Amino acid sequence: MANRTTIIVHSGDMDKLYSALIVGNGSLAMGMECNLFFTFWGLQRLKKGGLEKGNLSKMNMLGLGKAMVNKMMRKQNVASLEKLMQDYKELGGRIIACEMTMEIMRIKKEDLRTDLIDEYGAVGTYVQQAKDSSITLFI
Amino acid sequence: MDCKGQTCPVPLVEARKAIRKAKPGDVIIITGTHPASKKEIPMAAEAAQVEVLEVKQDGEVWTIKLKR
Repeated sequence: MANRTTIIVHSGDMDKLYSALIVGNGSLAMGMECNLFFTFWGLQRLKKGGLEKGNLSKMNMLGLGKAMVNKMMRKQNVASLEKLMQDYKELGGRIIACEMTMEIMRIKKEDLRTDLIDEYGAVGTYVQQAKDSSITLFI
Repeated sequence: MDCKGQTCPVPLVEARKAIRKAKPGDVIIITGTHPASKKEIPMAAEAAQVEVLEVKQDGEVWTIKLKR
């Protein structure tokens, strides 16, 4: 079993993106490899300008809840999703974009932040990585 | 490295960045205030086979000394 974390990022919600990127960064910091497989609503967050666009998964209240949580997080000095993404890449984290979602949702490569993406793949790519991962999560 | 006022996972991530950049023999000094990081940075150091020289707490601020 490889010392590796593989996470399916299915949700595009802001708070769940935080969970995925924090566990991803934590894995790398603890000396593991990490793959984040962005699919469905998660893949929307890899669109240019899309990373911070997610709503709260609960109590979003048309954006009011998100604004409140953002304010609380700023007060606590929580890093932005963009900073966590830059840290994740700097520590060698890999990003896989789901090709099937790209087809279904008509997303072209040029719509995505290709500088962040290491690989384009489908379920086979996920399983190939996950079968040798000691941690695998669906967020 | 000064991580005072930073919260999860920044001190841990910054520690890992420093460990990756350090050359053998280099000493890394990290200061911070986030309580969980005080426990977790030594765990990350151990995983990277980096020696933990000292963990010190002074009021709210902790200081961790590592040697690559």
